[in-house]
Amino acid sequence: MKITIRQEDYDRMLAHARKELPNEACGLIAGEDTEDGVRQIRFVYLLTNTDASNEHFTLDPREQLQAVKDMRANGWKPLGNWHSHPESPSRPSEEDKRLAYDSKASYLILSLMDRENPVLHSFHIENGVSEAEELEVLP
Amino acid sequence: MKITVGGETKEVKDGITIAELIETENVETPEYVTVSVNEEFADKDSYASQALSEGDTVEFLYFMGGGRA
Repeated sequence: MKITIRQEDYDRMLAHARKELPNEACGLIAGEDTEDGVRQIRFVYLLTNTDASNEHFTLDPREQLQAVKDMRANGWKPLGNWHSHPESPSRPSEEDKRLAYDSKASYLILSLMDRENPVLHSFHIENGVSEAEELEVLP
Repeated sequence: MKITVGGETKEVKDGITIAELIETENVETPEYVTVSVNEEFADKDSYASQALSEGDTVEFLYFMGGGRA
């Protein structure tokens, strides 16, 4: 699957992830799946990592609920989530894969391992197996 | 009675419990789902006994998390 994210959403995600250092940052993505098979992210939600950890993240359920309501109000559907890896590459850890319960979701991972050269990838995760999705940042 | 589940209005039996709704809605991996009723999070221990009422708004929220390990 191909997935797109607008530059301004990517920039907001990156700014939030940098602000949360040294901890992992996280959030939700929302948008639509188009008829031509492209998953378009229309908005990135910046949520609180209730673990406040540089090794783990958990989305705040109250913020999650508000985000879902906002998605519905805007006609978007939940597409998945994103989180940052402050010290490791942009690929799912074993725990990321084990805790990926929604096989329809896209899981975006933003690596800040190289602080000057952040790397964002998207993954499909099903039955503990991850597969990279084609990700394009739109101007 | 009518309730709203995930933004959709649905007809369910009177007095349906959260546990029964989880079953009828075919919620996957319910052990990792948090349920809110009218924006209040329900206690997992009460799913089997907490009955819903006409007009209630229910959301199923999947746990989302991960880690380095």
